[in-house]
Amino acid sequence: MSDRIFGVFGMILAAGYVFAALAIEESFLSDAVGPKAFPLIIAAILGLSSAVIALRPDPEPHWPALGRLAEVAAAVVVLILYAEMLPVAGFVIATAFAAAYLAWRLGSGPLEAAAVGAGTSVGIYVTFHLILGLSLAKGPLGF
Amino acid sequence: MELLANLGDGFAIALSWQNIGLALLGCFLGTIMGALPGLGPSNGVAILIPLAFTMGLGATPSLILLTSVYYGAMYGGRISSILLNIPGDEPAMMTCLDGHPMAKKGLAGEALSLSGIASFVGAFLATWGLILLAPQLVKIALLFGPAEYFALFALAFMTLGGVSSTNQAKSAFAAALGLGLATIGVDTQTGVPRFTFGEVHLYDGLDFLVAIVGLFALSEVFIFLETRHGGSDAAGRKLTIGKLYPPMAMIRQTTPTMLRTSFLGFIAGVLPGAGASLGSFISYSMEKKLVDKEGTFGTGDPRGVAAPEAGNNAAAGGALVPMLALGVPGSGTTAVLLAVLLALNITPGPLLFSQNPDVVWGLIAALFIANFMLLAMNIPMVGLFTRVLMIPSRILMPIVAMVSFVGIYGISGSTFDLLVMIGFGVLGWVLRKLDVPLVPVILGTLLGNAMENNLRRAVTIDNGNWWTLVDSPLSIALWAIAIIGFVLPLIVGARVRAKMHQRQDEEGAISD
Repeated sequence: MSDRIFGVFGMILAAGYVFAALAIEESFLSDAVGPKAFPLIIAAILGLSSAVIALRPDPEPHWPALGRLAEVAAAVVVLILYAEMLPVAGFVIATAFAAAYLAWRLGSGPLEAAAVGAGTSVGIYVTFHLILGLSLAKGPLGF
Repeated sequence: MELLANLGDGFAIALSWQNIGLALLGCFLGTIMGALPGLGPSNGVAILIPLAFTMGLGATPSLILLTSVYYGAMYGGRISSILLNIPGDEPAMMTCLDGHPMAKKGLAGEALSLSGIASFVGAFLATWGLILLAPQLVKIALLFGPAEYFALFALAFMTLGGVSSTNQAKSAFAAALGLGLATIGVDTQTGVPRFTFGEVHLYDGLDFLVAIVGLFALSEVFIFLETRHGGSDAAGRKLTIGKLYPPMAMIRQTTPTMLRTSFLGFIAGVLPGAGASLGSFISYSMEKKLVDKEGTFGTGDPRGVAAPEAGNNAAAGGALVPMLALGVPGSGTTAVLLAVLLALNITPGPLLFSQNPDVVWGLIAALFIANFMLLAMNIPMVGLFTRVLMIPSRILMPIVAMVSFVGIYGISGSTFDLLVMIGFGVLGWVLRKLDVPLVPVILGTLLGNAMENNLRRAVTIDNGNWWTLVDSPLSIALWAIAIIGFVLPLIVGARVRAKMHQRQDEEGAISD
């Protein structure tokens, strides 16, 4: 069933891609092929392979239980927040929180998670910023 | 003679303090990444690319660092195969079959050192193969016009699924997805924006480094979160190693095996669609057929340890040949290495050898140096790396995730790229769940623009005649190989794959 849904999704994607490709404005100065042809070829392959996937599905993959799925979703949200907070809070603070969260969700105790968070963030800061001179996001506190 | 002069120049470049240091660092990190289950050569190189890039390393030093990681990972994969019966990376799968039984017999140290020697022999011979074969391939590649290049790219995509691929539709889907992603941005030939939906950040196209790190490294973190695999695979086991040097008799017994499988592995590496995993599989199967008269393979036969290790390391060297000489990688990790070259504005292919000989020969010399370093690291110091296996992934994975973010942020300093990377991480996770290969996606985003430009150039040169694509004998030959490579797995793929996994199950399912 997963593969059938995936295949149908792929075909919709291919169709959307075709529409977007046809909407490309051609410039008055163009080569013999133009900017649309290659995307259209790709769309054809995308659509065909999706159709085959939908018609001849593989055995069902092993999907995690809802709780585990929520786990991954929560991690994605945390990482998005991390990306957004990076310029606001500064590298060291944001990274410490994000790393501690990941460690906690992978099964560390609260104390260990805090240690991993602090250790990762300070470790990266020292190695990459202080030693190697990479510029990292600066927060209000200057690090 | 010219070859030796070139090689001499290469050593002159590689033997600077900085480059030796980088090779040492790369070998060390690579062995660790190879040894840890869950971090393979492609993830390892992927995480380090942005770092090498932001640290402002030049082309040769970055390549030295990253190919050392690549070679190192090929060495490191065997450690957990032998000690834990869990392959550290995919190519090390076959090493479990005889390596772990040897360890159970109390011969762990012998197995580790013997496989280290086998890895060395494989990689050493393959590096010589690279030197001898790549310039010949360059001579052929100089005959290529745009139409032939287009056919060559098509060949790379059609054979990438490999002989062991079960579902060619999914490989094709992955390739088309990657190529489609590459078309995002301003069209290089006419200057019109395509698929940007008015988003200014997309005018430049998607940065393939962002895609690679997201697809490979971040999706791995999601997989670990999903399975909540937070412990260490080595927890609660005694990792005794014992003697660190194999007896001379064992080396003598396995020498013919190593030489044969190095050759075979190298060929498997050069051929499109094979790669290191298949290299070690073919090597093991052939040796079993050839020398296993008493049926000792699978019960801890030293030759069964030497064969796949020499095979996969030789394949790793072989895979560099098409990547450097043609600019078309045949495996996941060489695709990632191609990204390094492209990010540094160096176009691999025949011109690389004439325009940047310092890069090519410096790299080759560095491979020799790295190989000796790895031999030294992997025999006397192997105990250090077995300790790495004790690090639980609940500590390791947050570090991997954060280093990925640092690398990408370091390149662009933009939050938008980080969000795109997270998007690719999710995409990679879903695709892995659905058993869609990720390497064609990467290769598509890398080569998409070059492929399209060659197509358009070829057709434009011939005044819009599309038949020009199959006009020369060379391009017809390339298309023929491509079609055979795509159709063959449909016929034999299921059988080869079943065999690869059946072997694995007979011996390998004990520990899980």
